[in-house]
Amino acid sequence: MRRSAFRRSRGDGPFRFASIGAGVVLLAIMAAIGVFLVVKAVPALQANTSSFLTELTWQPNATKPVFGIGALAFGTVLSSLLALVIATPVAVGVALFISHYAPRRLASLLGYIVDLLAAVPSVVYGLWGVAFLVPFMLGPSKFLNDHLGWIPFFGGATVVGKSMLTASLVLAIMILPIIAAISREVFLQAPKTQEEAALALGATRWEMIRMSVLPFGRPGVISAAMLGLGRAMGETIAVALIFPATFKITIEILGPYGNSIAANIANGFGEATDVGRGALIASGLVLFLITLLVNMAARFVIARRKEYARAAA
Amino acid sequence: MTVQIGIQPISAARRIKDRLVQVLVYLAFALAVIPLVSVLWLVVKNGIGRFDLEFLTHSMRNIGARDAGGGAYHAIIGTLEQVLLASLIAVPIGLLTAVYLVEYGEGGRLSRIISFFVDVMTGVPSVVSGLFVLAFWILVLGMPFSGFAGALALSILMMPVVVRSAEEMLRLVPRELREASYALGVPKWRTIVKVVLPTAFTGIVTGVMLAVARVAGETAPLLLTVFITDSINTDPFNGPQMGLPLYVFDQAGRPTDTAIDRAWTGALTLILIVMLLNLVARLITWWRSPARRR
Repeated sequence: MRRSAFRRSRGDGPFRFASIGAGVVLLAIMAAIGVFLVVKAVPALQANTSSFLTELTWQPNATKPVFGIGALAFGTVLSSLLALVIATPVAVGVALFISHYAPRRLASLLGYIVDLLAAVPSVVYGLWGVAFLVPFMLGPSKFLNDHLGWIPFFGGATVVGKSMLTASLVLAIMILPIIAAISREVFLQAPKTQEEAALALGATRWEMIRMSVLPFGRPGVISAAMLGLGRAMGETIAVALIFPATFKITIEILGPYGNSIAANIANGFGEATDVGRGALIASGLVLFLITLLVNMAARFVIARRKEYARAAA
Repeated sequence: MTVQIGIQPISAARRIKDRLVQVLVYLAFALAVIPLVSVLWLVVKNGIGRFDLEFLTHSMRNIGARDAGGGAYHAIIGTLEQVLLASLIAVPIGLLTAVYLVEYGEGGRLSRIISFFVDVMTGVPSVVSGLFVLAFWILVLGMPFSGFAGALALSILMMPVVVRSAEEMLRLVPRELREASYALGVPKWRTIVKVVLPTAFTGIVTGVMLAVARVAGETAPLLLTVFITDSINTDPFNGPQMGLPLYVFDQAGRPTDTAIDRAWTGALTLILIVMLLNLVARLITWWRSPARRR
């Protein structure tokens, strides 16, 4: 333990205590979130006449409540994964553009423009999605269905704009800035000596990036993608406006299907009874646990990389 | 065997690959900017029509389902009060936590645990923080739906952002400043209050503004905690309030064109507030950064 050599002042104790207290309050809030969600979820789960984990329908307000997380969890995972698949390559491209391609003077300004994507409120994306993207996506969706319909994802008899694909696209736009920002930071940290060595040996810019920047940045990009995944899973209002709110498990992402835990909470809260609120809280608990796991895994990857970087230095 | 001397020209295949990647990278950036431009364009185009004095000074009270007119005054008041209250809760806790992590933690076990959970807290979905306040404050403690409940939910989202940015700024304060202060016999807590915090002040303000901008646009936690009202309610501790994001969501869900128009104007107002906060925060950092380098 490091002890300061100087005489301790009377004010030091209380101030130190207050700052530790603030940190402990933070921990307590995290614990309380888990505890109180469980406390209010249990009565509803006891009133449930079906299995919460496997049931697909969501009718907690009925006299004989029947509800389950099945379809909602599936929709949450599918839409987030799709968003991740769409957003990650673009985000890595954006990060490379800002770290290694854009003119030095413009780089920070261009980075700020991408960051602005994160500043647009979720509800505005929802509004934009409904007014612009939903009608716009009808054409491309029909095209995919006509020509690539043999791929199970693009199959199905009906094609609509308010589909899983449109919702995933909005999610992808929303998580792009965070993946791009973290990847950019990691790419900028790539050892300059290695980059210069690669260039000196006659490598082209792409070869230099492939040999020195990408291997160095891979763990960072992976954890950035996982943080984005967590974001996408918890995103509520934008997808609540776009999802058709069905309770069906299907991988036909062009059809009139789709829902997520968060969207269901936003859409179902208004008319929820006591049991209904409990059921929504139970679904929120599941969402909390999933995002907690994804985020902790992402942080674990980053932390390990930090150790590695320090050891290598 | 002939010995090649000098620099060989790069083969066509390698050059083409290099060019191709360059094009793809530029394309990725363009692809990322298109939605931003599209969103901003549509919001301005559809929102400017109703962006008038009536919108900014009137509530939705006594506005019939099909009536034009009405405004978001009640929602703007609500958002300002909720965000202010959320900041009053989150900034002291977040700042003190950052002080603990930087000045007192010394890499001990507790500080590592706190630091880890601050990161995890950043990932708590906004709807979950709303559900937590609903479960704890409203259902268990029996408090009413109110602006304050919404502020509680927003403060949970703000805290980790404030901690992280303040921590970063405090770490930038040179060690020599602290040591000079100690050498003069100034106790640690006075050094923190009088030397460290003032040095990092602008950086901390920037971080707080970015945190405020982040939560000002949150809808989901408000939906579950402040409820929805069409009337002006200036008391955040009593009765349902409105918030600007919530107003947009509410109006967008109504079936008439006049309501959709109001939703767009609400979105325009919201974006203006959030972007302004963002811009000012970035300007402060930009304005400060050359000074720091000097």
